[in-house]
Amino acid sequence: MQPFRNLKSLALPIPQPNVDTDQILPARFLHKPRKDGYSQYLFRDLRRLIERPEFPQPKILIAAENFGCGSSRENAVWALADYGFRVIIAPSFGDIFYSNCLKNGLLPVPLRADVVAAILAATQPQTLYVDLFSQTVTIPDGTRYGFDIDLFAKQCLLRGVDELGYTLTLLPQIEEFEKAHPET
Amino acid sequence: MTPPLTLFEKIWRRHSILERPDGQTLLYIDRHLIHDGYQPAFEFLHDRGLRPRAPHRIFGTPDHYVPTTHRDVVQISDPERRHMVEDLARNTAAEGITMFGLDDQRQGIVHVIGPEQGITQPGITLVCGDSHTSTHGALGALAFGIGMTEVTHVLATQALWQRQPKTMRIAVDGTLSAGVSAKDVILAIIAKIGAAGATGHVIEYAGSAIRALSLEGRLTICNMSIEAGARAGMIAPDDTTFDYLHARPYAPSGEAWDRALERWRELPSDPEAAFNTEVSFDAAEIAPMVTWGTSPQDAAPIDARVPDPAQASSAVRRDAISRALAYMDLTPGTPLAEIAIDRVFLGSCTNSRIEDLRVAASIVDGRRVAPRVEAWVVPGSSLVKAQAEAEGLDRIFKTAGFEWREAGCSMCLGTNGEIAAPGERCASTSNRNFAGRQGPGARTHLMSPAMAAAAAVKGHLTDVRRLLEK
Ligand code: SF4
Repeated sequence: MQPFRNLKSLALPIPQPNVDTDQILPARFLHKPRKDGYSQYLFRDLRRLIERPEFPQPKILIAAENFGCGSSRENAVWALADYGFRVIIAPSFGDIFYSNCLKNGLLPVPLRADVVAAILAATQPQTLYVDLFSQTVTIPDGTRYGFDIDLFAKQCLLRGVDELGYTLTLLPQIEEFEKAHPET
Repeated sequence: MTPPLTLFEKIWRRHSILERPDGQTLLYIDRHLIHDGYQPAFEFLHDRGLRPRAPHRIFGTPDHYVPTTHRDVVQISDPERRHMVEDLARNTAAEGITMFGLDDQRQGIVHVIGPEQGITQPGITLVCGDSHTSTHGALGALAFGIGMTEVTHVLATQALWQRQPKTMRIAVDGTLSAGVSAKDVILAIIAKIGAAGATGHVIEYAGSAIRALSLEGRLTICNMSIEAGARAGMIAPDDTTFDYLHARPYAPSGEAWDRALERWRELPSDPEAAFNTEVSFDAAEIAPMVTWGTSPQDAAPIDARVPDPAQASSAVRRDAISRALAYMDLTPGTPLAEIAIDRVFLGSCTNSRIEDLRVAASIVDGRRVAPRVEAWVVPGSSLVKAQAEAEGLDRIFKTAGFEWREAGCSMCLGTNGEIAAPGERCASTSNRNFAGRQGPGARTHLMSPAMAAAAAVKGHLTDVRRLLEK
């Protein structure tokens, strides 16, 4: 997993609520091999949402509430990551999408709804600075806003490692649990 | 003394292996259902030199990529899709995982066969790399969908890190009117609380109308919990649950059944247990529902009209409605019951069980599918199909002009290639009306099996209650 510390980038706005994972990655590409790359399938039927000359190579995507709702397909996160996005900002996310992001080096940032709404309403492209260590987003006028993330997920992202290696060290506890609970 | 606990909290505590300093819990996973979308998970696992840790807790069946016109894997013409189905067969065989293959009568949509085989049981934790895993909560299990990285984690460890979600109790009290089903209840709930209304929560459905539902109806309700953003949906196990489970192949039997019953009877939420959020509905006020837009929250009673974006509560909502109506090619003010359809899809993990087919068949019986409408029945499992055939339902559907197909996900999602054409309008018993869900440019209206059957014979969305007065 690619580590994430901080970045400054134009934020590509998608001012829509409930952008579901079927839009992000249409189902007809779900069987495509991971290693071939998913960039070309991102928003395949709504390509105009991302192909905008005033937002060259955006690394941040900002959207209205409930971004990534719907299907659990992790392929939606692969498509965003392969396209070059490293941060997704929204007032809220689909639960499964949120955790899928964290597992792929993509930082989901739940940001105050009024701040998101103001950025989405801006007439000029907005450049944002996102810092994971301090858990803050800095908007063009210099104001900083905090966001939440679980400590462990944060450390995994900062170091670019996943959870599995850590959990495998806990196998003795898992085995003990199994012995203590034979009925399940 | 333990404080009063909810059904969810009892299962959560019972499966908590340990807690991390940041508050995440390592949760033990009792059962893992897998399907033909698991190729990447096995690849990730093998890339790390790992193998499934507890194969006896895993059950597999192909559903997403299987054809519903025949049962021959070799005949799947697209090599990449065929590979998905073959890969599941290969991996399950290599790892000693129980598998209900395409040639097995027990094959079907993963969320239909879990309960059907008695694999899903009260009080267990169950996961699957599919968001509609919430379905299984209907039996009083804690069941939720996960992504492929989490799937790999569960395969390797039989455990999963989770932050404890909040709890929401949705009470539906009273009696449902004739022609109103579980599907209408859940659509009415989502229309009210919204597509993100339960984000971060586990829902427990309660109240007399929920108690009165059959197990099949409860599965339909819990299935769509995810469409309200919920992590999971659950219903307390009771005699309906136990009667359903008794003598199912993977349910406990003999003395083990008696011991299990004792444990299961302890599961329902304690009377004093507190929920973070409570919502209530009057069953008598729920009418047959249909969706008009591109989110499951865009649902309304069939006697309503297509909404006017100008009257939306906010600018964001106005834009969302306008975009949805443009995609759906609908004009504000049109009565929903006048919307003409091209297709009917009776299937999916929401509504493809025997009870769904019986209700639909009772509407279709003695009538004909309207001219130019293409109507399909896709049973949820091969056993459901066989049962329906034993009851003669297939003949009723075929006589009326429906296509009677093999079990699978089919046009709910179209990953097997069975999609609606651009611009086609489909009355569907599935769970998602997202833009392009049933094929690029295809337009989906969600509804109950009875309403879909009524739409099939009328050729347009219609109030099934009119057809009940034969
Ligand atoms: S029937 Fe539809 S929603 Fe259910 S598992 Fe299959 S594709 Fe997913």
